Amino acid sequence: MGQTVSPTLSAPASPALSIRSLSVSFARREADIRAVQQVSLEVGPRECVGIVGESGSGKTQMFMAAMGLLPSNATPSGSVLFEGEELLAADARHLNRVRGSKLTMIFQDPMTSLTPHLQIGTQLAEVLVCHSHLSWSEARTAAHRMLDRVRVAEPARRLKQYPHELSGGLRQRVMIAMSLLCEPTLVIADEPTTALDVTIQAEILDLLRAMRDEAGMALVLISHDLAAVAGIADRIVVMYAGRIIESGATAELLRQPRHPYSAALINCIPTVSGPLLARLPTLPGQPPQPGDSIEGCAFAPRCPRAAERCRIERPPLQDVGSAAQVACHFPLST
Amino acid sequence: MNARFHDFAHRLRANPGALFALAIIVALTALTVFGPRINPNGIETLDWLHMAAAPSLQSAHWFGTDRLGRDLYARTLEGARVSLSIGLVASAVSLLIGIGYGAVAGYVGGRTDHLMMRIIEILSGLPLIFFVIFLTVIFGRNESLLFFSIGAVGWLTMARIVRGQTLSIRRREFIEAAIASGAGTGRIIFKHVIPNVIGPVIVYATLTVPQIMMFESFLSFLGLGIQEPRASLGSLIADGAGEMEAAPWILLIPGGFLAALLLCLNIVGDGLRDALDAKES
Repeated sequence: MGQTVSPTLSAPASPALSIRSLSVSFARREADIRAVQQVSLEVGPRECVGIVGESGSGKTQMFMAAMGLLPSNATPSGSVLFEGEELLAADARHLNRVRGSKLTMIFQDPMTSLTPHLQIGTQLAEVLVCHSHLSWSEARTAAHRMLDRVRVAEPARRLKQYPHELSGGLRQRVMIAMSLLCEPTLVIADEPTTALDVTIQAEILDLLRAMRDEAGMALVLISHDLAAVAGIADRIVVMYAGRIIESGATAELLRQPRHPYSAALINCIPTVSGPLLARLPTLPGQPPQPGDSIEGCAFAPRCPRAAERCRIERPPLQDVGSAAQVACHFPLST
Repeated sequence: MNARFHDFAHRLRANPGALFALAIIVALTALTVFGPRINPNGIETLDWLHMAAAPSLQSAHWFGTDRLGRDLYARTLEGARVSLSIGLVASAVSLLIGIGYGAVAGYVGGRTDHLMMRIIEILSGLPLIFFVIFLTVIFGRNESLLFFSIGAVGWLTMARIVRGQTLSIRRREFIEAAIASGAGTGRIIFKHVIPNVIGPVIVYATLTVPQIMMFESFLSFLGLGIQEPRASLGSLIADGAGEMEAAPWILLIPGGFLAALLLCLNIVGDGLRDALDAKES
């Protein structure tokens, strides 16, 4: 019943992050919530993977587990290897050495991710003082250089400012700078543009793409916005109700989605050139409640192609084509 | 932080009552420090010619004398100084212990938090006055014991408040971001948690100063606190209470000092709290 999968892309070197049959469940009084179920995923070095799914699809919890940031009522199981080292079983000391230096995270809301009472410069420098054991003055110089690299104007002035004095876009740039300070192997960006307005979103995504090319780290971009991810990801992984339902190279998946859910998502992206629609297309129905136990395919109730079999038997994630996988009994024909 | 402080200061300035009370506190404090120089009567000097003399600005004893002929002006200022310093020192001690204890309990959470809060409940269940009497019986009377016993109990509420504040910011994203960037628990508590909870906590501390002064006066009134020939407002009030029919000023002058100080400290504390609350809401 497990849907453990071999790495999708033939990664040349050992993968930066390798998640193997990871499950995350939250203990609740009534019934445990299984937020992530038997998910396997590899992120190759320098690869940019987009994780797409609705709220509650488990996309964030999967990486929270990797970072050791799960709340205390959550239990992860399975394995998360980062540069060959197990993170799930690691103690705090080991985790603290890795996270923030080699494995970093950019959070959704830049308005609240910076400590309000510390200057930007202090917060940036602290990371270097902690991890690279630089002196404070060296760290400040490095922070200055990094702000310059993420295209923050007047970095010297910004270093002395407090978070509330910066705009949302600037704060997210600061967060990106912070995540890049120690030359990470992998950056996890959890909806980095959701809290920003549209024009700033584009700038931040451009910046992430540029930084990926310059710094050569792997990047995981978590988003509910397929269009945002499509612009930079090499590969897209679609999640639904705690499982991966489709993954494939970005261009291929967008052109030719195999899972009806992916197809519906792509269908929902409004286009400028297409015909003017009175209403934007939506997906009918609701995603399953996190506590529900589902026998068959979780998407079946909303799926136009669902047959009797879909409600009884869960489709396993299967290889289709060269580097794509889909979990559907009746994938859209290629 | 600067803008927040600015806002806070602005709201405080808009509260004339609190500013007036603050001015009175400053004036009274200055008087207790510099007052003795204006009228150099000792606190122990006995004036055999003027026992229980009424207050008069013409005589050497502006506030009169007590039953033994000691100058009330000098003794009241001495008492106010002692009361104020006990209030300040014990509040500072309770602030330090309370912040450390509360921040650790709130941040670490889980079983540790549970245990630490149960310890607080046990300690706050002890009847403080019996606790002090026992200590006095065992160790004899001295001032450091008084500081210790007041401080030992004063931090309990402070720790609870700090813990509550810590719980409210513990799940905030910047704490999560700090964890994600590899900061250890100690660093997070001292650099990211405590500075963010300190505002409301300091304000609460200003309210504990009068509470502690009140408690010290109560102990001294019962004869458990400051000992003769030294004075605190509480021991002076105890002296005066015995003479209040014959010489009411011996009671009224230190009593008035205590009342004025407590009232003003409370008004200032409330003003600070309002100034902070207005920003929060």
